[in-house]
Formats: sequence, C-alpha cells, structure tokens
Amino acid sequence: MGVMSEPAERGRFGEFGGRFVPESLIPACQEVEAAFRDAWADDGFRKDLDELLAVYAGRPTPVTPARRLSAELGLTLLLKREDLAHTGSHKINNVLGQALLARRMGKRRLLAETGAGQHGVAAATAAALLGLECVVFMGERDIERQAPNVHRMRMLGATVVPVGSGSRTLKDATNEAMRRWVADTAEAYYCIGSVMGPHPYPWMVREFQRVIGEEARTQVERVPDVVVACVGGGSNAAGTFAGFADTSARLVGVEAAGGAAMTGGSPGVLHGHRSMVLQDAHGQIAEASSVAAGLDYPGVGPEHAHLGAIGRATYATAGDDEVIEAVHRLARTEGIIPALESAHALAWIVRSAGDLAGLTVLMTLSGRGDKDMEMFQ
Amino acid sequence: MIFADNTTKKLVPYATGGITRDWADCLRAYQDHGADAIEIGLPFSDPMLDGPTIQEASDRALARGATLDRILADLAGFRAEVPLIVMTYANLAIRPGFAARLAEAGISGLIVPDAPLDEVAPIRDAANAAGLDLIPLVAPSTRPDRLRDIAAGAQGFVYAVSVLGTTGERDRLDAAAGPLATAVRALTELPVLIGFGVSTPEHAAAAVTHADGVVVASALMRRLLDGASPAELGTMTGRFREAMGSGNGVRVREPV
Repeated sequence: MGVMSEPAERGRFGEFGGRFVPESLIPACQEVEAAFRDAWADDGFRKDLDELLAVYAGRPTPVTPARRLSAELGLTLLLKREDLAHTGSHKINNVLGQALLARRMGKRRLLAETGAGQHGVAAATAAALLGLECVVFMGERDIERQAPNVHRMRMLGATVVPVGSGSRTLKDATNEAMRRWVADTAEAYYCIGSVMGPHPYPWMVREFQRVIGEEARTQVERVPDVVVACVGGGSNAAGTFAGFADTSARLVGVEAAGGAAMTGGSPGVLHGHRSMVLQDAHGQIAEASSVAAGLDYPGVGPEHAHLGAIGRATYATAGDDEVIEAVHRLARTEGIIPALESAHALAWIVRSAGDLAGLTVLMTLSGRGDKDMEMFQ
Repeated sequence: MIFADNTTKKLVPYATGGITRDWADCLRAYQDHGADAIEIGLPFSDPMLDGPTIQEASDRALARGATLDRILADLAGFRAEVPLIVMTYANLAIRPGFAARLAEAGISGLIVPDAPLDEVAPIRDAANAAGLDLIPLVAPSTRPDRLRDIAAGAQGFVYAVSVLGTTGERDRLDAAAGPLATAVRALTELPVLIGFGVSTPEHAAAAVTHADGVVVASALMRRLLDGASPAELGTMTGRFREAMGSGNGVRVREPV
C-alpha cells in the first residue's frame, strides 16, 4: 500500500492499526466498515457531504499568509484556517461525514468522546443538524477546564456524561464511550473524534479530514517546503498530510511534551488499535499531561506511528510555556487567537525558525482559542 | 486442557489480582467451596470490556501497586488444587515473555477480551508455546460463520458472553445467554461457560440448563469492594455451587 492510501488487510498501516476490540464489537466495526466503503464509493453521499461542508461548515477555509510573523521569523508562514470552519475547528469535517454515515446506517444516536470539547461540540452540532441524539463522554478534569464548550454541547441538545475514572481526561472518556458502545450497538453509532480506534476509524476519519490537505494543496502557489500540524490523536495532521504525502514537502507533527506518544512512547494496544502509546514498565497506560486538553492523550493514531516508522513524517514536541507564548505571539502579530492545540505547531515553528529560514511553511491552524481564554489570563 | 472431565457443571469464580492484601485467601476460599477453576484478573489501566465494578477493582489494585510481578509473587504462596486462568488486556498480553511467566507460575489458561479472532494469533501462539490454553470469547452478536471459526480454534473452554455489554451485575440473566451457549455447544466438544451478569445462584442455576458452567466475577468483587472477607466470598461461592447442582450438595472437585 502506498503512503496514506487505503490501509492493508485488517486495517493495518505497516505494523500498526488493526481491530483490538471485544468480540461483541466486531460486528459493529464490520458494519461501519461496510457502510463507509459503500458510502465513500457513492457519488450521492460524497455530494451530500461536499454540500454540507460548503453551505454549512463554511468550506473552503482560506489559507492566510501570516505576513508580520513571517517577517519576524524570516520564513514564509501560511496558515490553513480550520479555525474558521463552523464550530471553530477542523472537527466538523469528520463529524459531518460520520453523522451522515450514521444516518445512512439507520442509527439514532451518536456517541462521542471529547477532550478539549471541540469534537464534542462538532458532534452535538452535526447531531442537531441531522436529527440524531448525541451523548458526549468527557473527563471531569476536562469539563472543569473547558466549561464554554460544555455549555455549547448542552445548548445543542447533547447529553454530556462526566467521566470520573482514571486521569479524568480524554483517555478515560474514550474508554467510557467504548464501553457504552458495547452495550448499544443496535441504535448507537460511535463517532470517534480522531484517527484512532479500531479499523475502519483511523482510515475513515483521515479520509473525512483529507479535505484540509487537498484544499490547501490547491490554495498554495507551490508545494510548501514544510507542512506542520499538531498531533493529539492526530486527525488534523493526518488530513493535512494526506494532501501532501505524495510531494517532496517535509511533514512534521507536533505533540504536547507531556503527551508525546510518538517521541516518548512505545508500541502498544490502546482503544482498539496498535500504535505508539505512553506506558510504564509494566504495560499500564501512562497519564499524559498538557495545557491543551485536546492533546492530553497518551496514544496517537496508528497511521502516524507508521508514517514515523517509515520516515515519511517526523514528530516533535512543544512544552506548555512556549505554546502559551506562541498563542500570544500569533494574536499580536496576526490578530488570530489559536487554540492551545494548534499553537503547539506554531511553537515548534517559532523554535525552529533558524533551521527554516527562507522556507515556505504551511501550518494547519486546527481550531480557534475562544475555548481557552481562561488559560491565557 | 483446563477441565479434566466434561460430566459436571463448572463454577469459575473471579478475583482481581492484588485488589486487597489478602486477595490470595479469596482463591483458597473459592477452591474450598467448590470452584472448578479460578479466573484471576490482571488489572489494566484501560479495561475496555469491564463495567463499573471490575473497573473499580482494577483501579484499586493498581493503586495498591499491583503488577504482574507482585501478583505472581502472591500466588507463589497459594497451593492451587484447581486450574488458574488469567484474564487481561492485549497491551499486557503482547509483552515479551508474558505467557511463559504465567506458565511458570502455574497458570493454565489465558483470556484476552480485546484480542478477537482476527488479532489473536500471536498471543495464542505465545500462550501455546508456553503450554497455556487461549480461551476465546463469543458474544450474542457473533455471526454463525465466525462462531464456527472461533469454536474450531478454541482451547480450554469457550467463554460465552451473555450480554451485549460490559461486565457487571444484572437483575436477571440475559435471554441471549441460553441460545448462545446452545449454539456454541453444537460446534465444540469443549465446555461452554456463560459469563457476564451471572449475579446470583439462581442465575447460575438457570445458566447451566443451557451451558456447561458459569464465570462469576462482578457479584463477588462487589462484595469484596464493600468489605466482605475472603471467608464470606467463600460462603457465597458455596451458594453458587449448591444452586448449580453438585451431587446432593457435596462439593464437586474435579481431578486436575
């Protein structure tokens, strides 16, 4: 299989991916896979999705040249503006696709996990639009730090279920969503928010996010030298990379220093797939820690593990302090307040500016920072 | 082979390894009150198939510092007279040398609920190389062709998950349990045990009209989390044994 095409047999990206779920979920995963293959090959489905992306989500999002910051850094920085998509992040691309799929499959309810709340808000939005119920699982700690998004989800009619187990963050919300799905496969569709989970989710979510990279490709005058995106599970990065995987562009994913599965993890099985995960010497999953709730996750999508293993993409980290500094810098030079998650990519660019001098760097600004305002004060 | 004969109904109680200081005493109590085998949960931080009780039990064990090393060390002082089976998740089971370490500690079987048929080969190979049986799970949602494939490759026994859901106590035995057990029994000579939601002796008695035995987990761990002693768990095990029939209430002890 070529880079970023369909996964190999059993949903493998090299040695990563797969379908590590209880036997009771196997038919549900098979059903999602069959439905996705059918829908993705159906022009009618693609047309419905494209139309929603255009008339509802606000696509195409622009590529904005960051002129003042570029001058300061000595490079050409282009921002792919997913913050301008409806609900304020790239998450809406994937969720509109999955919600359309759920409706096509005759499901009544979306189950979703969320960290920063952006996927939860997007899922609640798509559910409202398409007349589906929505249940969002969210760690208690994330509920505390992302209150505006919790309020939004509830306004949109979603039920937000606090998860008090483990680290009380995205990892535990994902466990709970999976456990609920086991018990509710007949009526519920599990709408995973990133390029993770059992096959076909990592592949399907990347395909729904591919629009980021493909749009950007048509919006830039020439292929950028470097393409950068932040990585939690890694969906905005996967979607961005998919548009440039067949070019000479250097692909860089930036993780939170406290949740760096690619650089600090080892191969393991978590949340239905084999990938790089943070774990202790005994095989217990470690607790990730980041100022950005969306990156506070000890795993990464399996395709990123593969892209890293074959050397097609490289992965770096950014620490909380430089990330917050990057947020302020973009706000003051360009009038854009990025989400803490996206600011990881920017922090890496700022730090690497010396090495990137004179180059054209495309960065996906995956979401806006409104939800994080309390953290900036 | 986990069970030496197929003529009696099997009772397999469960304990989370390391949940309390004296957790190995629970195994003694189970064995003294008619357990045919014992399932030991090796706690994992992210238990995908477990409901609130086993999840809490795992969290408590991990908070006490439970590791494979410590659990096996605790077991070293326990004279097992029945087969011991370890249940844990794939991330632990894929670790190098895992199955061999279990075998050295006297474990006979392994259950890995998030390693389904399509992903199980490396784990099964390692288990078999160490002399362990890899016990598969089937669910009410498992389709007939897949059920056949799972039954064909089964070892030890087949674990029939009675519900579409996670582990946990329930008011009544799910209606799906009987038909599932019956379907699997037609496909294998191995015993078929029903688990998930077997919460009372009455549930167990009902289950074994269709199946060859039961696994009882959350009902026991709930009592333990609420403060019950190993002796009290033993008494409870005896009630399950009695309800399942064991020849005039006499304790059943299969030769090992």
